[in-house]
Amino acid sequence: MESGTKAARLELVEEPVGELLLRRQWVNYKDVLLKLCLSLATSLTVLTTCTIVLLIGKEAFAFFHMVSIVDFLLGTQWQPLIEPQQYGVLPLVVGSTLVVVLSMGIALPLGVFVAAYLSEYASFPIRSVVKPFLEILAGIPTVVYGYFALTFVTPQLQQLFPAMEVFNAASAGIVVGIMILPMVSSLCDDAFCAVAPELKEAGYSLGATSYEVFRGIVLPASAFRLAAAVILAVSRALGETMAVTLAAGATPNMEWSFLKSIQTMTAYIVEVSLGDTPAGGVAYLTCYGVAALLFGITFVLNVLGYRWMRRTAE
Amino acid sequence: MNVTPSCALEVKGLSVSYASHRAVEEVSVCFRRHRVAAIIGPSGCGKSTLLRSLNRMHDFDPTVKVSGQVVFENQDLYGREIHPPTVRKRIGMVFQKPNPFPKSIYKNISWGPWINHMRGDMDQRVESCLRKAALWDEVKHRLHQSALSLSGGQQQRLCIARALAMNPDVILMDEPCSALDPRSTACIEDLIADLREKYTILVVTHNMQQAKRISDDVLFMYEGRLVEFGPTTQIFSQPRVAQTQAYIQGKFG
Repeated sequence: MESGTKAARLELVEEPVGELLLRRQWVNYKDVLLKLCLSLATSLTVLTTCTIVLLIGKEAFAFFHMVSIVDFLLGTQWQPLIEPQQYGVLPLVVGSTLVVVLSMGIALPLGVFVAAYLSEYASFPIRSVVKPFLEILAGIPTVVYGYFALTFVTPQLQQLFPAMEVFNAASAGIVVGIMILPMVSSLCDDAFCAVAPELKEAGYSLGATSYEVFRGIVLPASAFRLAAAVILAVSRALGETMAVTLAAGATPNMEWSFLKSIQTMTAYIVEVSLGDTPAGGVAYLTCYGVAALLFGITFVLNVLGYRWMRRTAE
Repeated sequence: MNVTPSCALEVKGLSVSYASHRAVEEVSVCFRRHRVAAIIGPSGCGKSTLLRSLNRMHDFDPTVKVSGQVVFENQDLYGREIHPPTVRKRIGMVFQKPNPFPKSIYKNISWGPWINHMRGDMDQRVESCLRKAALWDEVKHRLHQSALSLSGGQQQRLCIARALAMNPDVILMDEPCSALDPRSTACIEDLIADLREKYTILVVTHNMQQAKRISDDVLFMYEGRLVEFGPTTQIFSQPRVAQTQAYIQGKFG
């Protein structure tokens, strides 16, 4: 047997190399062109990201030359556009936090419930009806959500809390919660569906009920992915702009109150970008300071989120 | 009710069908107590489908329809008043691929008894189950390590120990050695021989030599039908049906 293969190999070497085996016969210009186009498209996205980061970084650097970074991060007065100027960003951070907390308070429990129902209990026909509804919810333009908050949610809330201002953090938080619900439920649904069916079967084979399997096996096994879902949703809520600009107003506010008008980091950037602020001055540069902070936070959240997402995928 | 029925599980006219085809057709058989029955047959003949219908594991797939009866302790397991989780408590299952929970070795065993509020000393129960599954000596110093740190053969023995923890009457095993190396396979086979004293065991296997080694009875299935059921020695030495003979001689399958 062994000597046979050896002989065969020797024979192969002695034969002249077939022309068809040579690489140069087969180089195809279409392959080369395609590869070139694809790599160009890919490098374009990388380039865009780098440009934006560099631009924000450069302008933010200029801003922090004029305003101390400590005063910026720890200051409690935000009044960059009128005299006397104050550059403490915390009121904007508080505003964004209020919206994030309320929206997560709505989207997280609802999203987990929806996902648990869809992945564990819903029959296939129900699933195929509910899923498109969630996708429609995700497809509504954010400006519509803002308008909805202003003209529907706020008046309803004012019936309950007469002290509520026309622009307020509560209605913004609520609509952002509804807005990110599809994302949260879809990420949680992925998390639950990623749990191996063999594990669930093992649970059922021990006499567990569906609640016990969900509580004891599915939830712990998907914990990391759920945490990742929360982080990505927070990042999304933090970056939400249009709805909060419309619904929450433009009053930087250090008070932890849902009833009052606030301003989020994103809404401030909108205010400056609208064009009334002359380019080049400190006032104009403030928006890059805020953008750098916002980008820093969401970047960290996203990196963390995607890393945790992979952690249980193994 | 005091009379012990001679069958641990009696299957009467059982048919199982998926959305598109019928996987098990009119199977009737009596699995006797404290014996090991091997279910053999070519792939796709309905062995696993039959096995999974015996502890209602098809309940989670709405496309599967089961008709006929499975009688256990004088009750039809598909009767309307039956509580499926309790059925699975009494009729345990070990799967083809070792599927320990991503928890500690200890918790893998204790979870079942814990959710079912079974009384008694849990440490003791864990130890005795691991001893019965011939795993105790290998893991006694690391009970709180993840079960996923065990080798494939150890994981499968852990899954057997986990099934034993519920103190079932019947244990269904679906090709329990197909993902294991020969040494682990031998270990599980010895284990099955030991467990026969206390439990009734049904093993699906595609390995005829294994069926010959471990079983008291053999059920041969072909295309969803029961072709022949009888004592292992008889099936392997003088099968009554020509099809059985052809299969055990390796002429098809």
